[in-house]
Amino acid sequence: MNLKKILAYAALIILAIISIGPFLWLLSTALKASDENIFAYPPILIPQHFTLENFTGVWKQIPFMGYIINSFIVSGITVFLNLLLSALAAYPLARMRFKGKNMVFYAVLATIMVPFQVIMIPIYLMVLKLNLVDSASDFAGFAGLILPFAVNAFGIFLMRQAFLGIPKELEEAAIIDGCNTYDIWLKIFMPLVKPALATLAIFTFVGAWSEFLWPSIVLTRREMYTLPVGINDLQGVFSANWRYISAGAIIATIPILVFFLGLQRYFIEGTTQGAVKE
Amino acid sequence: MYKYSKQFTPYLFLAPAAVILILFFFIPFLESFLLSFQSYRNDIYNPQWVGLENYINLFHAPVFWKTLVNTFIYLIGVVPLLVVLSLVIAILVNQKLQGIKIFRVMIYIPVIVSIVVAGIAWKWIYADSGILNYIISLFNISKIGWLTDPRFALYSVMAVTIWKGLGYYMVIYLAALTSVPKDLYEACDIDGANTLQKHLAVTVPHLMPTITLVSVISSISAMKVFVEIYVMTQGGPLNASKTIVYYIYQRAFENLDMGYASAAGVVLLVIVMIMSIINVKFFENNKQPIA
Repeated sequence: MNLKKILAYAALIILAIISIGPFLWLLSTALKASDENIFAYPPILIPQHFTLENFTGVWKQIPFMGYIINSFIVSGITVFLNLLLSALAAYPLARMRFKGKNMVFYAVLATIMVPFQVIMIPIYLMVLKLNLVDSASDFAGFAGLILPFAVNAFGIFLMRQAFLGIPKELEEAAIIDGCNTYDIWLKIFMPLVKPALATLAIFTFVGAWSEFLWPSIVLTRREMYTLPVGINDLQGVFSANWRYISAGAIIATIPILVFFLGLQRYFIEGTTQGAVKE
Repeated sequence: MYKYSKQFTPYLFLAPAAVILILFFFIPFLESFLLSFQSYRNDIYNPQWVGLENYINLFHAPVFWKTLVNTFIYLIGVVPLLVVLSLVIAILVNQKLQGIKIFRVMIYIPVIVSIVVAGIAWKWIYADSGILNYIISLFNISKIGWLTDPRFALYSVMAVTIWKGLGYYMVIYLAALTSVPKDLYEACDIDGANTLQKHLAVTVPHLMPTITLVSVISSISAMKVFVEIYVMTQGGPLNASKTIVYYIYQRAFENLDMGYASAAGVVLLVIVMIMSIINVKFFENNKQPIA
């Protein structure tokens, strides 16, 4: 091992500690029993009085299962709608000629230029007008959470790019076989763009799963809270009880961490795809 | 009949996405301008037209200017560090070393974990008797109120944004690094260039489009920063860490002053538009390799 390699590993280890250290420290705090000083100087990383009571305690008081189910409903439907609507809209943009195509293209492009935060107030008023609020019903509440994020320019352009790469001969052969446009889309094109669909699904899922601003604006009932909103609430519920807050934050991280570690290869490659093609 | 239906096919495919974008983007977009000329102050159900009043009030509000300045400090502090550090990290993890994939995954973890959880984790690190104050005490520095002292709060939150963004931009750079021709590095070796010279002469010029991309994405997201602040400082102390989006959120959804908040939103929109244009123009002129 030469000096250059040693330096590289030293830098990598420091980076790794900075990256996951804050979470390890949170975990350490969550595992400390109530008779152990969590403010000890010097700080103790390995708990002396190891316990899981903070986890069971916070689990009993906070309806985590409900938050997780809500998050799954919202993220799952958001992913489904994004795949469907993006793939539908991208098809004519990639493969057909029609009046107003350029206008549609630039209209979609324009949505990238305007941050959600700029128009969240009128979107909120729109959701109120359509009565898509959780005070009306659970269904309306979910609809209000999901619909504003049901499709976006990134998804449409990603799918358009994928459709553009499919050879024209396949389409022509299908037409000769008597397929109509809808059949071609569903049976020829959709199976061929599975990698793009997977990329879009993963990134939409992560985005929807961690969304905080919008649910915190529209949700009024605690039973409707998604995980991020519920977790932020821990701070209010347990004020200075850092053992419980830490345990709750760790619990909240487990689902997305499992998802990420299981699919981590796609994350690295997926971001690549989006970034290069956009 | 066949021809007739065929004519409409493209629009049928576009229709579902169009409905969503019209309802939740185009109408709200136009409405945000209209709202900024209305007042919700007296009656939340019956907004009144007030002309430029919201804008006049906005430009006379010291807090608004404070949040604007804070947002620009955020931008200037966060963007260059993200652009440069992510590139350095990408070059570091692009080497063929044993176990390098595990390091990539670990560096990416902050990206994947909810910003709310990250904010809580850092709040605990920044706590008064927290681990960071212990570390600086080793260097004989007295305790700092990282999130409670107006002089430090904004910078402490900025550090979290940088920490959470590094992995994201690292991956974007990693993708671009694979396209840099290897023989150029070999040519540098023959010329006897050191590592730094090699990257300045080869990597940076080749990655200029990606550097542009990262600058644009990171500056626009710096302008939109919200959740970190909401979770860690609530904009405090004394508005020290309040940014423009936080201000809009607060005025709109806590004070229900939708018209005034919309005026602030229009100002943000104009800034973001100008920035995108400058960013792209600036880098278009610098596309040629420096070396």
